[in-house]
Amino acid sequence: MYRYDQYDQQMINERVAQFRDQTQRYLAGEISDAQFLPLRLQNGLYIQRLAPMLRICVPYGTLNAAQMRKLAEVSRKYDKGYAHISTRQNVQLNWPKLEEVPDILADLATVEMHANQTSGNCIRNFTADQFSGVAQDEIEDARPWCEILRQWATFHPEFAFLPRKFKIAICGSERDRAAVAFHDIGLEIIKTAAGETAFKVFVGGGLGRTPVIGALIHDCLPKEHVMSYLDAILRVYNQLGRRDNKFKARIKILVKAMGAEAFKQKVEEEWQAIKDGPMTLTQDAIDHAFSFFQPPAYEAQDAATAQSALDDKCLSDPSFAAWIKHNVVAHKQPGYAAVNLSLKETGVAPGDITAEQMEAVADLCERYGFGELRSTHQQNLVLPDVRKADLYALWQELQTHRMASAVIGTLNDIICCPGGDFCSLANAKSIPVAEAIQRRFDDIDYLYDLGEIELNISGCMNACGHHHIGHIGILGVDKKGQEFYQVSLGGSQSNDAAIGKILGPSFAQDDIPDVVSKILETYVDHRTEEERFLDTYRRVGIEPFKERVYA
Amino acid sequence: MPDQTKIIKDGAVVSDEWHLVREETAELPAGPCIVPLARWQAERDTLSARNDIAVWLASDQSPRLLGDDIGKLPLIAVDFPGFADGRGFTYGRELREQHGFTGELRAVGEFMRDQLAYLSRCGFNSFALQNSDLTAALASLKDFSVHYQVSVDNPVPIFRVRAN
Ligand code: HEM
Ligand code: SF4
Repeated sequence: MYRYDQYDQQMINERVAQFRDQTQRYLAGEISDAQFLPLRLQNGLYIQRLAPMLRICVPYGTLNAAQMRKLAEVSRKYDKGYAHISTRQNVQLNWPKLEEVPDILADLATVEMHANQTSGNCIRNFTADQFSGVAQDEIEDARPWCEILRQWATFHPEFAFLPRKFKIAICGSERDRAAVAFHDIGLEIIKTAAGETAFKVFVGGGLGRTPVIGALIHDCLPKEHVMSYLDAILRVYNQLGRRDNKFKARIKILVKAMGAEAFKQKVEEEWQAIKDGPMTLTQDAIDHAFSFFQPPAYEAQDAATAQSALDDKCLSDPSFAAWIKHNVVAHKQPGYAAVNLSLKETGVAPGDITAEQMEAVADLCERYGFGELRSTHQQNLVLPDVRKADLYALWQELQTHRMASAVIGTLNDIICCPGGDFCSLANAKSIPVAEAIQRRFDDIDYLYDLGEIELNISGCMNACGHHHIGHIGILGVDKKGQEFYQVSLGGSQSNDAAIGKILGPSFAQDDIPDVVSKILETYVDHRTEEERFLDTYRRVGIEPFKERVYA
Repeated sequence: MPDQTKIIKDGAVVSDEWHLVREETAELPAGPCIVPLARWQAERDTLSARNDIAVWLASDQSPRLLGDDIGKLPLIAVDFPGFADGRGFTYGRELREQHGFTGELRAVGEFMRDQLAYLSRCGFNSFALQNSDLTAALASLKDFSVHYQVSVDNPVPIFRVRAN
């Protein structure tokens, strides 16, 4: 993974000093609440319903063991001994004290971590496929590109006061696991006929109250121009994006209003003025970034023997077999696998992780891998480089740490925002809804029979839980002061990106498990063999589901 | 009489000789004046005969609207109607990097002390900062000593420095 040199470290140290000074001036009454707001947000600090919330950046979901240990330490020292993995691969602390945040940031800086630009109207953390570098269907590793652009975006002087927040994702594999169509900018890595790296550029996607699938504005952007092209997009947005209405300020509204073609023209104009300037990437710079993401020292494995030993173990232990099937992912390197650690234990808020678990994970990624791990947009963790021969031992250890639930990709791998329990914007709670669903569908065989289903819950239309793109989406709404839930079907975040359709009138919280149950029964009745939930839904449409649920 | 208010200019607190004329139709006071773009456009011939007239741009007025006048103006000011309105950051860079403006580039309006570092990186060299202890604010100009990006004060991005 990327390691800081003297420049990165100096910048991060100066940032901590800057925010320490700002916090002191704020506490001394020298900065108003309104002025402090963007300053603290750009350092990750929200003020929430119950306490401040600090969102710590995990650049494109990559972490190492030392960082994980530091997170554990920080969560104990300054918080309640646990943290939360967000759908944008970051880590959140729910109970820090405002006056201690500079100390937290100083602690984090010792392990090359920070909370820069994790909130506020600026360019946010880049997100990428959690399997970057190890995925079998990879075209090119997205991480070096994320790092190049992370540096471009970090403390970008021109774009710190945009009309609204700005999120960018990069996907380097055939299957899009980064949801590029739902970002302000989505970059898809492609190879030209000559074998050169280039990017497809999507702009104006997003969720929130106006879900939009991004428009393609460049179908083959040469790699050396990626920085100047993004600068041009941001420059158009910074000048023309709406600032009169917060709900119409995202770039998606601008792209819609102008039309994608006209927007693209504007970008071209701005780009011509800066293209081929000093922002043009050199091959040295690209090589430098890639040098940090070279394959680790994999041991030569007898892949066939490892696989047959694994098959034998699976035959003799069905629970292990289920875990292999659901939580373990194929790897580029023969004899290795990538492993999902589930943070979806029933009774625990989805994505929550205790300090003990963080420390355990830090140890595990050193013993079963090369000291690195990933956070995922599904709010789980990944050990990217596990020898197949070690999978059984790892599984046993994960069980003692309660991270072995073999539910990845099933109904119970719920994506869920903090909702009304923590968030002041919520219409309704979301965590108890997730738990009620997990409790109702606790029959693992039934879950497996249902196959791949993504169920996403948001506590309000800001869509932090990505309800629009869940195969089943649940959205908290306010109905005459009561917490109600709207259900949608058919969303998808993948290459076949789609926004879910609303099923009909909303439901009370207690009814949700029954509603989900009826939706699933409808699917089971209509499915053909091998058809996933989403496929059946697409074939039969929403009507049969409606009929059953509102019967 | 020109205002004897203080501003930050080129890294120091100095007395300001310019009078910022906010209204489009006001009687111009004697001495150096910064007039609204519309006023400049309407009275360009008379105003450009004087060498102590500058123009300020509102946050929805791109420097392009000044056309070739950019090179002739001694000072251009950019107004920040609120500190959250970041359009002026782009105007600053465009004036310096694309229009080759070498005169005084001044931020006026509701920007805040904690934006000085980014403003100066975008090419601003003077700051009519309100409601702040200007001497103390000078420190905020130096929040960062290294930068990743290309910008007005840093023509060579770090990736090129590292390659050497
Ligand atoms: C707890 C305090 C939180 C607050 C106050 C908050 C606030 C918001 C707001 C206001 C939006 C909508 C912005 C817009 O559409 O312009 C938003 C979107 C979003 N939030 Fe949060 N959020 C919180 C927590 C989280 C958490 C925990 C996650 C991850 C699980 C998250 C992930 C996201 C994502 C992915 C979006 C993007 C939707 C889009 O692309 O428009 N947020 N958040
Ligand atoms: S979706 Fe709404 S309720 Fe949930 S975290 Fe986001 S803002 Fe809060």
